Amino acid sequence: MTTSATGTELEAGAWTPDHAPGEELPPGIGPYRLALRRLRRNYVALAFGALFLVIVILCILAPVYSHIAHMGPNDENVDQATNAVGLPIGPTWKLSHFFLGADSVGRDVAVRLLYGGRNSLIVGALATLITIVLATVLGILAGYFRGPIDGLISRAFELIWAFPIYLLGIVLGLVLGLSGLDLGIVKIGGNSLLIPALIIGVITTPYVGKPIRGQVLGLREREFIDAARQQGLSHVQIMFSEILPNVTSTIIVFIPLVLANAILTEAGLSYLGAGVRPPNPSWGNMIGDGIHLLPAAVHTMLVPGIMLTLCVLGINVFGDGVRDALDPRAKIRIEH
Amino acid sequence: MGRFIVRRVISLIGVLIAITILVFALFQFLPHPELQLAGRFASPATLAHIRHQWGFDRPIYIRYVDTMKLIFTGKVISYDQQLNVDHELVQRLPATISLAVGAGIIWLSTGILFGLISAWRAGRWSDRALTVLSMIGVSMPVFFLGASLSYYIGDKLQFLPASDYVSIGSNPWEWLKHMIMPWFALSVLFIGVYSRVLRSTILDTINDDYVRTARAKGLSERQVMIRHVLRNSMIPIVSLFGLDFASVIGGGAILTESVFNLQGAGQFAATSVQQLDIPPVMVITIFGASAVVIIGALVDVVYAMLDPRIRL
Repeated sequence: MTTSATGTELEAGAWTPDHAPGEELPPGIGPYRLALRRLRRNYVALAFGALFLVIVILCILAPVYSHIAHMGPNDENVDQATNAVGLPIGPTWKLSHFFLGADSVGRDVAVRLLYGGRNSLIVGALATLITIVLATVLGILAGYFRGPIDGLISRAFELIWAFPIYLLGIVLGLVLGLSGLDLGIVKIGGNSLLIPALIIGVITTPYVGKPIRGQVLGLREREFIDAARQQGLSHVQIMFSEILPNVTSTIIVFIPLVLANAILTEAGLSYLGAGVRPPNPSWGNMIGDGIHLLPAAVHTMLVPGIMLTLCVLGINVFGDGVRDALDPRAKIRIEH
Repeated sequence: MGRFIVRRVISLIGVLIAITILVFALFQFLPHPELQLAGRFASPATLAHIRHQWGFDRPIYIRYVDTMKLIFTGKVISYDQQLNVDHELVQRLPATISLAVGAGIIWLSTGILFGLISAWRAGRWSDRALTVLSMIGVSMPVFFLGASLSYYIGDKLQFLPASDYVSIGSNPWEWLKHMIMPWFALSVLFIGVYSRVLRSTILDTINDDYVRTARAKGLSERQVMIRHVLRNSMIPIVSLFGLDFASVIGGGAILTESVFNLQGAGQFAATSVQQLDIPPVMVITIFGASAVVIIGALVDVVYAMLDPRIRL
């Protein structure tokens, strides 16, 4: 197993069974382990994955840094944070004192950057979870049952698809932000991070659900599904244990794409005032605050902007590596 | 062909009706629209009067019909300044269309060019450089890119105007100068996406049998690439472009429009949302989704004409 494996090792079908029927098969390399090997050799992807990981860890450690800087994310310290002409001070590069400068009301940009990153990443991760679960369930249901169920789900996808993303996003952000969401069992307040996560999660579902549906439409005609049906497996069992494993690699390829997109969408919606609600920081509304402060205090825009770009870049390059590893011939594509 | 078009038009009408119902239904979740109109300290009598005047006390399906009647006859007015919304929207369309057409030309041509070079030189340094560029392009939030351009090139270097829109009729040269940065900012993301998609479809088709046949016929490499490979690889690009272009026309470039203060349809929606002014948001959302659906249907018809295999 330690010998260097190439991708073609398994694809060459020269292997002949040298065991008696019923005997234990010799251990082989599964497709996922193979993909992992390919990924492990892709140093660029790994480096960018590490970059993303470092940003995540820094954001998780936000309370620790807040302690070092003696400032909470929403604490204002105008006296120390403004210069002689009343503008916020730029980066001091001293860890204990406005490392990355202050914003217009005297809050510590570095502290807010980490707390904001936490919010952006939480919204991004929750939105990704919602998109992936919804898209997988709906895509499999539509592709497996076809007929009226497919009609209903596909029409719903098409309807969401018709709206420009940010337009639908600000409409939902306005409505849900004002009224909150009453789901019967739980009530979500308008300020909750769940609101932007839910909005982004739902509006990106069709972009993943449609390709999954297409793949399932093809899978359901294959022999192993017939075999499963012959064995008397129920629809639920077939969908879970026969179809789902076959779309897993598609789902894995989509996760980084959806995550990167969700973080960018959150930033855009927060900039427009329809995402994470102030005074809670997020990278998006920090950039927005910075833009409104221009041309003074450029650092309030540049710091969160660069951080956000680096984070998304990390996810994208790593995600590209994952795709190359799992799907070397690039069969999985986002249908737009 | 005729039957195909008829079927497409019928489903189009169905989707358009569904869009209006969905948008209308969404806004019914908003509590107490009369408060937005009356201000904070209105008496209950005033509130009741406004509720009656604006029809908030009527059954929901009647309000739906009334609202749509107002929107489609061009009589809907905003809560905030009581301006005619359709009229306001039409005034803002030139900016949005300028943005969409200019940026569309840039991102489509540059995206195809970069995708072609990338696929042709796959694995070499020019491919890698373009990959890095497109990765950065798709990772940067458009409003951050726009604001940085506007600050450094507009405010600091004074090279181009930092923001605002000048109508093409009043001063074409100023119009061009004001549009260059928004075009560029909006195009960057799409160039990144299109060149990546085109690169992978070209690399997919380049080993197909018909390409080998074309080579075997003795066509030059250039002819093989342009007339055979590129032509088939363009199919996903065309449908991507139809959707993205329609979305920008329909006010989808909210971020670019807002950051450069172009006063287009998308920015109209954004400012109305901030003022909790519902009618403009409703009109623009319906308008935007309709633009996407109608242009999508047109693309389908054009497709069916170009490629007889496609029957949707």
